[in-house]
Amino acid sequence: MSEPKAVIITDYLTKTYGDVPAVEAVSMTVMEGEIVGLIGPNGAGKSTLIKMLTTLLPPSSGDALIAGYSILTAPAKVRAHIGYVPQLLSSDGNLTGYENLLMSARLYLVPHHEREERIRSALALMELADAGDRLVQHYSGGMIRRLEIAQAMLHEPAILFLDEPTVGLDPVARHGIWKHMRELRDRVGMTMLMATHQMDEAEALCDRIAILHDGRLQAIGTPGALKADVSPDATLDDVFAAITGSEIAKEGSLRLIQQGRSSAHAHS
Amino acid sequence: MPIPEPKPARAVLSYLTQIQAVADTEIRKLRRDPSELLTRAFQPVVWLLLFGEVMANVRGLNTTGQSYLDFLAPGILAQSVLFSAIFYGISVIWERDLGVLHRQLVSPAPRSALVLGKAVSAGARGVAQAVIVYALALMLGIGLSFRPFDILGVIALIWLGSALFSTFSLMIACLVKTRERFMGIGQVLTMPIFFASNAIYPIELMPHWLQSVSLSNPLTYEVDGIRTLMLQNGLSRYGLPIDFAVLLVLTGLCVAIAAHLYPRLAE
Ligand SMILES: Nc1ncnc2c1ncn2[C@@H]1O[C@H](COP(=O)(O)OP(=O)(O)OP(=O)(O)O)[C@@H](O)[C@H]1O
Ligand SMILES: [Mg+2]
Repeated sequence: MSEPKAVIITDYLTKTYGDVPAVEAVSMTVMEGEIVGLIGPNGAGKSTLIKMLTTLLPPSSGDALIAGYSILTAPAKVRAHIGYVPQLLSSDGNLTGYENLLMSARLYLVPHHEREERIRSALALMELADAGDRLVQHYSGGMIRRLEIAQAMLHEPAILFLDEPTVGLDPVARHGIWKHMRELRDRVGMTMLMATHQMDEAEALCDRIAILHDGRLQAIGTPGALKADVSPDATLDDVFAAITGSEIAKEGSLRLIQQGRSSAHAHS
Repeated sequence: MPIPEPKPARAVLSYLTQIQAVADTEIRKLRRDPSELLTRAFQPVVWLLLFGEVMANVRGLNTTGQSYLDFLAPGILAQSVLFSAIFYGISVIWERDLGVLHRQLVSPAPRSALVLGKAVSAGARGVAQAVIVYALALMLGIGLSFRPFDILGVIALIWLGSALFSTFSLMIACLVKTRERFMGIGQVLTMPIFFASNAIYPIELMPHWLQSVSLSNPLTYEVDGIRTLMLQNGLSRYGLPIDFAVLLVLTGLCVAIAAHLYPRLAE
C-alpha cells in the first residue's frame, strides 16, 4: 500500500468582500480518496471556499495546494486536475446531453480517438444513455445533476468539487446521486469535497465532515468523532447546533430552493 | 488521470480544439434557433429600402461615382455586423447568470481560447447576416461583385469585424457584469460608432473634428474594405492592406484584454 497523500491543502485561505470576511483563515487537509463534507448554514462560506479551490475566485490572502499545485501560481495546472459541479446548474439547456459532454471533452483535450467512447461510457455510467440526444432543457433536475457530474468527471480528474449536488432533488434522485458518487470513489479512488446542508447526506457519504460557520472552520473530523465530542448519543444535528448555536433549517431557505430550481428550464 | 502535457507541436492543435469547443456549441445553438438572425435581418431592410431610396434623391451627396444605394449597401452590411456583435456581451452575462460560463472557466483551456471561441461564432453570425444583405442588395439591383477573391475577402472582413466588436463587447461585459448596465452602455456606444463612420455618408461631408474621429473608428476601415470588395466598381480609400491591418491589430488587442478580464465573470 502506498502512503496516503494529501491532495487538498489549504493554508489560511481567506476571502473578504469589502470588510466582510466570507472565508477566514481556513486551513485544512484532504487525503487522496476521501469524501469530505463541508457543512454550514447559508452564508457560511462553503461556495466561496470551493470557488477559491477551483480557481474561479482569487483569495484575498492565503493559498491552497490542489494535487500539488498552488491555486495562486499554477491555476491552469490545478484546473487540469479537478472537476467542479457548481451550486447553480451549469449544463447548457439549449444543447443536448451529448453536446454538453462534447464541449467538455474538447475543452479538456480528451484525445480525439477516445472522445466518442468516453462520452458514451460517461452517459451510460450516469444512466443517461437514452437521453444523450435530447435537449437538456427537457431533462429532470436529477438528470441534469447526473449530466453535470458526467461533465465534471469526463477527463478523469483526481479531485471532484461538488457544491450542494442534491439540492432541489427528490429522494430517489438524491439516492441516485449518492450511489454514483460512491461508485466514483470506490472505482477510481476519486477524492471529493462536497458542500451540503443536509446532515443525512453528510452522514451517508462522507468520511470526514468540516463544519464552517461565519467563514471559519469550526471543527473537522469523522462523523463518529464529531458526535462523540458532544455526547455519547448525539446526532450530527446536535453537533451542528452545539458548534454553530443554531439549528440548520431542514427545508433550506427560499433562496436555495429558487437556486435549485433555476435549472436549464429558465433557459429559453 | 491528469491531462497529458501537450507537446509544442501539438500545442497549436490543442488550442484550436479548445476554440472549437466554444465556437461549435454557439453555432449549434444558432442553427437550432435562427429566429434571432431573422429578426436582425429586418434592420438592413429598413435602412436600404426606406433610408436608401430617399437619400438617393439628395443632390450633392458626392459618393465618388457610385449611386447612393451602391455606396450605402456595404455600409449597411457593416452596420448589421456591428449591431449583432456589439450586443454579444449580453449573452455572455446571461450565461454567467445561469452558471454555464463557469463550466468553461473551470476548464484548463487558456482564457484567450475561450474568448476566441466566442469571436469565431460571432463571425459565423456575421456571415449569416451578410447572406441576407447580399440577397437584398441583389433585389435592389446593386452592382455586386461575385468574383471568388472578392467574396472571400468580404467573408474575411466580416469575420474580423465580428470578432473585433464581439470581443470589445465581451470586455465591457466583464467590467459591468449586469445586463441592465450593459444594455445602457451598448446603446450609448453603437450610435456614435455607426454615425461617426463612413457607413452612410462620405466622411468628406463631416466637419474636421468628426473626420478625425471617423478615421480612428475601426468601423470606417471595415466599411472601406467591404465597399472595395462587395461592389463591381468598388474603390478603396485607405487601401485594403490598411483596412485589414487596422482590424487585425485591434482584434488582437481586444482578445488580449477580454481574455485578461474574462475570469472576472466567474467571481
Ligand atoms: N460576490 C459577493 N459579493 C459580496 N458578498 C458575497 C459575494 N458572494 C458571497 N458573498 C457573501 O459571502 C458569504 C458567504 O457566501 P457563500 O455563498 O460562500 O455561502 P454558502 O455557505 O455557500 O451559503 P449557501 O448555503 O447559501 O449557499 C455570505 O455572507 C455572502 O453574502
Ligand atoms: Mg453556497
